Amino acid sequence: MKIGVYVCHCGGNISDVVDVERVAEFVSRQKDVAVVRSISHMCSESGQKAIIDDIWQYNLDRVVVSACSPQFQGETFRKAVAKAGLNPNMVVMANIREQSAWPHHDEPENATEKAKILTAMAIEDIRRKEPVEKVAIKMGKNVLVIGGGIAGIQASLDLANAGFNVYLVERKPSIGGHMAQLSRTFPTEDCSSCILSPKMADVAEHPNIHLLTYSEVLEVNGSIGNFRVRILKKPKYVDEDKCTACNKCTEVCPVSVPDEFNLGMTMRKAIYLPSSTAVPHSHVLDENACLGLRPLACGLCSEACEADAINYDDMPQYINLEVDTIIVATGYEVFDAHLKPQYGYGKYRNVINALEMERIIVEMAEGHIIRPIGKDVAFIQCVGSRDAQIGNLYCSRICCMYATKLASLLKRMDPSREVYVFYTDLRAFGKGFEEYYRTAQELGVKFVRGRPGELHENPETKKVIVRVEDTLTRKIIEKEFDLVVLSVGLVPGEGTVKIAEILKLPRSADGFIKEAHPKFRPVDTPVEGIFVAGTAQGPKDIPDTVAQASAAAARAMSLMNKGEYEMSPIKAFIHEERCNGCGECVDACPVDAITVTNVAEINVAVCKGCGACISSCPRNAIDLRVFSNDEIMAQIDAALEDKKPGEKRIIIFADDMCTYTLADGVGTAKLKYSSNTYIIRVPSSSRVTPEMIVAAFEKGADGVFLGECEEVVSPYPSTLKVIEENVKRAREILSSVGIEPDRVQYSPFVTVMFKKFVALANKMVNIAEKYGEIAEEKRRKLRKEIEVIYDE
Amino acid sequence: MMSEVIHLKERNRKLFEKIEEISGEKVTLCEQCGICTTSCPMADEMDITPAGIMRYSQMGDETVLDSEAIWICASCFTCTVRCPRGIDLAKVTEALRELNLRKNIDRIDVSHLDEELDELPAIAVVSALRKFTS
Repeated sequence: MKIGVYVCHCGGNISDVVDVERVAEFVSRQKDVAVVRSISHMCSESGQKAIIDDIWQYNLDRVVVSACSPQFQGETFRKAVAKAGLNPNMVVMANIREQSAWPHHDEPENATEKAKILTAMAIEDIRRKEPVEKVAIKMGKNVLVIGGGIAGIQASLDLANAGFNVYLVERKPSIGGHMAQLSRTFPTEDCSSCILSPKMADVAEHPNIHLLTYSEVLEVNGSIGNFRVRILKKPKYVDEDKCTACNKCTEVCPVSVPDEFNLGMTMRKAIYLPSSTAVPHSHVLDENACLGLRPLACGLCSEACEADAINYDDMPQYINLEVDTIIVATGYEVFDAHLKPQYGYGKYRNVINALEMERIIVEMAEGHIIRPIGKDVAFIQCVGSRDAQIGNLYCSRICCMYATKLASLLKRMDPSREVYVFYTDLRAFGKGFEEYYRTAQELGVKFVRGRPGELHENPETKKVIVRVEDTLTRKIIEKEFDLVVLSVGLVPGEGTVKIAEILKLPRSADGFIKEAHPKFRPVDTPVEGIFVAGTAQGPKDIPDTVAQASAAAARAMSLMNKGEYEMSPIKAFIHEERCNGCGECVDACPVDAITVTNVAEINVAVCKGCGACISSCPRNAIDLRVFSNDEIMAQIDAALEDKKPGEKRIIIFADDMCTYTLADGVGTAKLKYSSNTYIIRVPSSSRVTPEMIVAAFEKGADGVFLGECEEVVSPYPSTLKVIEENVKRAREILSSVGIEPDRVQYSPFVTVMFKKFVALANKMVNIAEKYGEIAEEKRRKLRKEIEVIYDE
Repeated sequence: MMSEVIHLKERNRKLFEKIEEISGEKVTLCEQCGICTTSCPMADEMDITPAGIMRYSQMGDETVLDSEAIWICASCFTCTVRCPRGIDLAKVTEALRELNLRKNIDRIDVSHLDEELDELPAIAVVSALRKFTS
């Protein structure tokens, strides 16, 4: 083994504080170190060239760069060693800038000593590193899009146009979703179905889109690159290809039931065209409404059908698909206003919800009067949104603008109307929204700042009495309205909830599907290969939905386009000879990546590499690639080497995403904290086993700290729980030999908690100072404890 | 009438903090929607609306302590069950009454309760004594 070690001056950033020559001299005495150089700028082209030349000239097989953060320059040096023919995993960085020169800039002696140890830790780490082959999954070009609203339509068209094979599943008989039901869109007042129907037609005609309407996803197994999907296609009893939508069947059908498309305000027949713009443009026979199919009770529709499209023997079909990626676009449902009984929805004839108002306006434009609107109309905002009493704390984002739109349309239809909007806060944040709000005010819509407590019906006229505090004048006003429209919020629909369960997708506190990262991965879900678009992810308007749908399509394409998907090589793996198939790890895995047949097996496509499973194994049979037990133990050893009497050393395990980044940030800000701290980088602190913590004390640590991402930003689900358990277990072992258990601490972080990090790092040292030296005898007892653990 | 300028001083902050402390409620959560006012069966009788009481409390404006409204409050809790921010307004109003009662100022004089004692159910009298006397 021949290791090259390169200590960087960073143009003074490091060398003004740390005596780099002393560090270089120190490491030259370490085992297997063949070449040591100190260079002004390691990341420069000449710095990289020095590494490459040495690898060739001295046959180096491993490299340590003692410089800055691996998050900053790690990739640079991985590429450099790869250029020289080494595996990119054969380089490790010691972070002596962010973790020593900068935070300890006013104590150069300590900073130099710490830099020596950090570099020695990296050397011990690299001595145990193994070449890592890339983990690649073969990717085909098949995508499942669940939900045929505007989000699903847009995502499908983008993917299909790019040459991917799309299966679009919609549970209703026609695609189009809520957008097909709306009157006009805000703030442009385009006719909603007019701008949507060409897109619906494109879907129907696209050779790359397989449209499955009246269909439901029953089951999804497998993982990215190999999702196995089972779909139920319900019988329509009408051949979509033969049906000409002539409507003769509907004319003869004797059964009438409420029409869902008009929210039950009008009736439809048992055999019907779902809407005038339905795609597929075919009638459907509602078997629940029909007088009877088995045996046939009526048969009039079949007699009337000239195209011979009706097939009473149609059966449910089960379709099995294999797809590489999935886009969830299951949309929303409007809040059920019955849940706010004080507003009398369903009880007072003249109280309706806003979606019903949309249908009334559309039908009116087509010459059908579903119901009269009257002269005085009120809109009540935030029904089902921003309401702790029903548990929906979120703003539904679209209600302010759709109410403004409906109010404007009503005013335009009849300027003599009095239209009031009762609101709490008017949110006009989108492009053109504020201007649209102004237009509504110009039209004479009255916006009143107040939320009514309850509505009453005038028993004689059936008009609705709204009583509200005008909070701007502090006066209570009361007015009778011909019609009150409840601006209902958006809730995750039943479909979204069900699909989240089937796909094992977590949902956020508002009930909508949770994205992988709220800022940087807004259309990814935590499950690799599954994306989310539109209102399934949270309330949003049409432009945002379309943008998100295109984004989700692009993300899916980026995974599939290369034909293979390269995953992070950080994956758990099983030592099969030690595994007895007990299955403890199966429950410990937060993403269900482990199955047990004879021994445990890890699905690398699903494994996220957190390492939370490792501590669950009673036989020490699980390990993690790139951050193996051996590599970490060797770093612990090196961090505690040659400890002087009275000296205190604290080991800090820092998860890569939050705590390590945070420590870099603290260093960059040159915030001081104790130099007695030695950071070991891990993907997640949940991979740090209780045995490792105990071993650190056995080897001389005076404290151990574990940092982890806060749950909301963590790339891994529920690792904090595992850390809590592991810390508890380690504390028990320490207590049993008389070592103070609070020498072990952990905390969640986000990357900006600078003060908290500094405080906790110092606190660890203070605790160690307070308790004083740990007696050698106690440390020896720990050795026995560890032996017992490994013997078992 | 000219508009009055309220100069917010230290005493306003103290009153606001006292109200939050006694009531145990986060008064700043109020978004001034006014649903409490229109849910209140006594609002028409009040000099300050229930939402107004919350506003004055947020500002620590002493006007609220001298208001009739806090005594007119029937403690029916309708505001509490309707508040979309989940504030227990009944507790806030109780805190405001408490701030007065702690100055040993009684709202009713027991010795003057003659006819009322005959008319009112005993429970009403007991609760009135609890609510209106120090």
